[in-house]
This record gives sequence, C-alpha cells and structure tokens, in this order.
Amino acid sequence: MTPSFQYSDPKRGRDLRDAIRILAPPETFKIVHVCGTHEMAITRNGLRRFLPETVDLLEGPGCPVCVTPAADIDTAIAIAHAGATLCTFGDMIRVPGSECSLDQARSDGCDIRTVLSVADAVEAARTTDEEVVFFAVGFETTTPMTAAILLDDPPSNFSVLVSHKQVPQAMAALLDLPDSRIAAYLAPGHVSTIIGTRSYESWLTTHRIPTVVGGFEPLDILYAIALILRQHRDGTAKVENGYPRAVATDGNPAALMLIEEVFETAEVAWRGIGRIPGSGYRLRSRFEHFDARGRFTIALPEERADVPGCRCPDVLTARAVPTDCPLFSARCTPLTPVGPCMVGTEGACSIWFRYGGRESL
Amino acid sequence: MAVVDYNGVRTTARLDALPDRISPGDYVLVHTGFAIRRLSPEDGEETLRLFDELAASLAAESPAKPAQNAGDARSAGGEPPNSRDQAATPPASGGSSTSGRAG
Repeated sequence: MTPSFQYSDPKRGRDLRDAIRILAPPETFKIVHVCGTHEMAITRNGLRRFLPETVDLLEGPGCPVCVTPAADIDTAIAIAHAGATLCTFGDMIRVPGSECSLDQARSDGCDIRTVLSVADAVEAARTTDEEVVFFAVGFETTTPMTAAILLDDPPSNFSVLVSHKQVPQAMAALLDLPDSRIAAYLAPGHVSTIIGTRSYESWLTTHRIPTVVGGFEPLDILYAIALILRQHRDGTAKVENGYPRAVATDGNPAALMLIEEVFETAEVAWRGIGRIPGSGYRLRSRFEHFDARGRFTIALPEERADVPGCRCPDVLTARAVPTDCPLFSARCTPLTPVGPCMVGTEGACSIWFRYGGRESL
Repeated sequence: MAVVDYNGVRTTARLDALPDRISPGDYVLVHTGFAIRRLSPEDGEETLRLFDELAASLAAESPAKPAQNAGDARSAGGEPPNSRDQAATPPASGGSSTSGRAG
C-alpha cells in the first residue's frame, strides 16, 4: 500500500499562490534560502513566477561543495598526491582548487573515487592496506554520518579530511554583511531535520526577520513563503516550522549525539564569505588519530584569489543572482566552469544554466 | 542496517542516526545512506490539511478574489506546476535526501 501524497497538485498550488498574492508586500522583500535542493525545486518548477513582483527569492551559501574553500580542495589533492586513495561525494570532484580540481589530479594518476556515502569509503578501506581518506564535506546532514563511521571502529588505514560546516552560523554571518538586505530566511528542510527549528533562534534578538523551515515539494515551498509573508504582514519575526512532517523543534537527538561525541565546533572558512566563528567542526582529541591532516605531509600551493569577473562570492552571499554575472553561460558553463557555483549540482549557477533561471525580474 | 525501497530501487540504509523505532513497511527519510527520520503517512495527510487551512484562512480574510495581475507581473499564463504522478512516491521525497521504505 502506497499512500498518495499530492504535494504538487495544481488546485492546492493555485490556492497557495492566491494566499501569497493576498500577502504580497508593497515594498521589495528579499527572502534567502540556503539549500541547493530548495533552489533545484524552485527553479525546476518555475516557482518564482508565482511570486509577487516585490518578492525576491535568492539562494545563499546552500551548496556544500561551492562553499568548500580552495585550500581544503588543495589539501585533498596534496593527500592524493601523497599516495592515499581519496574518496568524496561526486560533485566535489570538479570544483576548482587553487591550481586544479580533484578531477584533474585523477588525470595525473591520483586514486580519487566518488562515493555516495561515507560508509562506502570505509568499506574501500577494509579491502586494502593502503591509506584511504574520506574528504568529508557537507552540512549537518552529512556530519552525523562521518561521526557514526568514526564511532564504528574503522580500520587504522582510514582517516578523514574534515570540511563539515554549520548552516545557522553562516546564516547569522550573512545578515551582517554590507548590502545583505535579507528580509527573511527560508530555512533548509533536512538540515533542520537534524538540528531542529530551535537552532535558528539565535539571531532573532539582533535581527528581527521571519525564519521558516520549508520542505522540498513545490507546495511545501509555496506554503513556507506564505508563512514568511504572513509573519511580515503581521509584524512578527519568529522561527516557524513549515515542514513538520520531517522536522521537530529539537531535531534528531540520535544524530546530534553522534556529532557531539566526535566533533567540536570550530571557526572555518567558507568560500566566497571568509572565516566564520563557530561555523564548522574539528575532531575531538580522542579522534585526532583519524585526522588526515595529521597523517600526511601536505605542501599547499598559494591559495588562488577568485577569478576576475566571477561573481560566485556575491551569489554565495545572496547579493547577486547567476545572470548578474558577466561570465554566466558565456565563458562559464557546466562543461567549462569558472567558479564553484557552476560546478556543484546544487550551485545556483549550475541550476539556472540547466533550468533557465527566473522568468522575470 | 535496513533494506529500503526507493521507487523500486532496493538499497541499504544505516540506522545509526535514526532516533525512531521502525519496522518493515515504514517510510524513512534517507540521507547519504543513513536513515534520519521515520515518516508517517498521517503526518503527510496533516501537511495537506495545513496547506488547506492556511489558504482558506487567507481567502476568508480577503473575500474579493485577488485580481489576476494585481501586483504580479510574473503571473501571465502562470499555472502552478503540473501534478506529477506521485502515486509511487513516498512522502517527503525530493531533496538531496530520498525517502525509502524500510523492509
């Protein structure tokens, strides 16, 4: 028996569109989301054309591989050149580092493998005596999995290059950037499944902006936007759960405990944004022997400044949309990406290139 | 470890990060090979009720149907996305996560 869930049926879509129109703010109102999967759902379903003219909806730093700094990619490449097998998620492979991408390093003979799960990387380590390193990128949705593997007695030839990041701290940092003009946040669904809605309450004391967690079906997104606009109309600013079937106030206690056991919070760099206090993780001392950074002699190239003209830093901070960039779809395409946002499958530029960006505005 | 069925594709999911008790036939949200939440069909129905409730309460506040193009330059010909056949789609599919059925 399969339940029938119509999260994209036209009748409800029209009803929610009408609700959004009733709530249309008279002045420009900028909603930022921080999830590549939201951008995919919004763009692929053409949801922007159902929004009032005054509502802008932009992706911020929502693509994990896009916000991974070049220095971390350089470190991964150096580890691979040192002879280790390097495993990571597929779209990390083509993101440019300072001198080249992992893909190019593989052409140079390095053993670089794509995996769907950290569990696949540890399995690879069990079948060899050679060093196997998992390049651990992603937000709170992938951090508990890395922790679970380290708690599950991995073989001694397995180690982790930690580049995990915490979304709420980046959302808070974005609010303080010049010209951010963020009026509301559409908070990520599955990150919130892990961390809970309470994680977004920290900035409400200093920035009174509506923050609504949204799911990923077209109707989920329209519903979350309606909740945001209703808060704005009513002059309230609170964290609201628009995805209660998958998100609880306190999140997923089992996953949070895994993170807590293995990692401690650390200041890390985000590509396009810079260093943000408390926005990442490092291994706790009793797991230090699994830290790939300590296992290999790593000589890094000089970290390359971003390519002139590339507006990825503005796209990643929701201060520009892909079509604002002079390189978009001209010099920069998925086949010849210049910046990380055109590489990551969750990057705004890559999604707009594939699905056509926005209808107007 | 559980066997999950995602639209006919059978694969495995680890249960280390799952706080909920599950049994064969349950729906779970799976992210990079790990189940992270049990999903209930009842919560799915509740979601639809929430959508309807919000739309109805706003429609009641504003008895006049909003003009087709009032403040909406993008609405020309705009129909919400076509309904996809979701009969075989578990609740809360989509996202970089997948939902699958534990078996």
